[in-house]
Amino acid sequence: MFGHFDLSVIVDALPYLFAEGMVFTLTLTALAASGGIVLGTGLALLRLSGVPGLTHAAKFYVELMRALPLVLVIFWFYFLVPYLGAWAIGAATPIQVGAFASALVTFTLFEAAYFSEIVRAGIQSIPKGQSAAARALGMSYAQTMRLVVLPQAFRNMLPLLLTQTIVLFQDTSLVYVLSLTDFLGAASKVAQRDGRLVEMYLFAALVYFAVCFAASLLVRRLQARTAIVR
Amino acid sequence: MTSDPGTSAPQPAAAGGPMIAIEAVSKWYGEVRVLSGCSTAVTRGEVVVVCGPSGSGKSTLLKCVNALEPFQEGQITVDGTRVRDRATNLPRLRARVGMVFQHFELFPHLSVIDNLTLAPRKVLGRSREAAVRRGLDLLARVGLSAHAQKHPGQLSGGQQQRVAIARALAMDPVVMLFDEPTSALDPEMVGEVLDVMVELARDGMTMMVVTHEMGFARKVADRVVFMDRGEIVEDVPKDTFFDRPRSERAQQFLSKILAH
Repeated sequence: MFGHFDLSVIVDALPYLFAEGMVFTLTLTALAASGGIVLGTGLALLRLSGVPGLTHAAKFYVELMRALPLVLVIFWFYFLVPYLGAWAIGAATPIQVGAFASALVTFTLFEAAYFSEIVRAGIQSIPKGQSAAARALGMSYAQTMRLVVLPQAFRNMLPLLLTQTIVLFQDTSLVYVLSLTDFLGAASKVAQRDGRLVEMYLFAALVYFAVCFAASLLVRRLQARTAIVR
Repeated sequence: MTSDPGTSAPQPAAAGGPMIAIEAVSKWYGEVRVLSGCSTAVTRGEVVVVCGPSGSGKSTLLKCVNALEPFQEGQITVDGTRVRDRATNLPRLRARVGMVFQHFELFPHLSVIDNLTLAPRKVLGRSREAAVRRGLDLLARVGLSAHAQKHPGQLSGGQQQRVAIARALAMDPVVMLFDEPTSALDPEMVGEVLDVMVELARDGMTMMVVTHEMGFARKVADRVVFMDRGEIVEDVPKDTFFDRPRSERAQQFLSKILAH
């Protein structure tokens, strides 16, 4: 089957693959990762708050999300959020949530569970004496976290956060179940339209590999550069 | 060091009530009682050295003074503010109480000067310029002007502890607490930190110092508090403590620590 390998199929499809597919994939990855890190940090702070109710709520959320397959959560949100939204605002009919908004919310909420575990470990890696020193200087809990603990914790966990983002980048391909066209979806469409499955799927794999490999090299360089001298 | 200590004592010991009043303080970790009815006081301008065998509760008592450690019974009053009181704004109280830790606890992600200016800016609301000016003054005072832009990891232990002292002073505290400030240092660096503390004491700073450095105690302490098993066993003028310790426990402690 490789005898008929046709590069021109790929070349012709490049504008579509990247301008449509890759832009979508990167946008979703960037937005969901940012949202997930912010929300995950909030969850981690709740989990470490020492207030039993908050700790348990955050723990339950994280355990729940990590116990469910991502595809299930995607479906669940896509079909349920319109009804939940309608119920929340008291509307008679399900509210309209676009597939993209639905996917973004899903990935953000789902990834937040994973990011929160990374952030929690990052916060716990900072010696207790650091927050004691900050509090002894008169800082509030919020200032202690914002100015002393989190900046150090984020430096320590940057490689893990980026690694998780690489996983997210790959996972975004699951949006095909909502008929959204990400990079893999775009490649898939071209493949089926032109009957060129081998070329397109090989090329898609190559691109995913190249992006992830480059990203993990970046992670390693960052790891060396951001290490704090103690 | 000041050649004439007589001219540099701005705060006479008699000004007002005690800076720190510790009254019948008891503390438990679960079932274990770590402090039992501790009472003492530090008056303005006084230097009190707290010593005792390890595990005697001296560091714990010190951390109760600025409420880094909670305690279940008794009361501590710092410059008129009650520590164990729901109405007390603890961050505001701590902002006026300087603390120096055994392991320095400088912020490793910030430069030396940023370590000194962070809390004055964020807690006291000082401008960056004012905070930097004051920070550089203090760095000069501890002999580290050349290191303002370095990060803590680039400094020796003794230098780091001097920066930590300067960081605490940058808040213009009314009292300074020292929690075994030299016990994590290599022996050759102990002196430079003690020199800074001696100078501070001679400048009239009110100090409560947990330490095993009996030489420091002899030199600048007004009183020595000796603790053992969570109790204050002796609370006497320095000379009394060294020359005529009353309790057997203090005698044993002194003979061990001064033997070598």
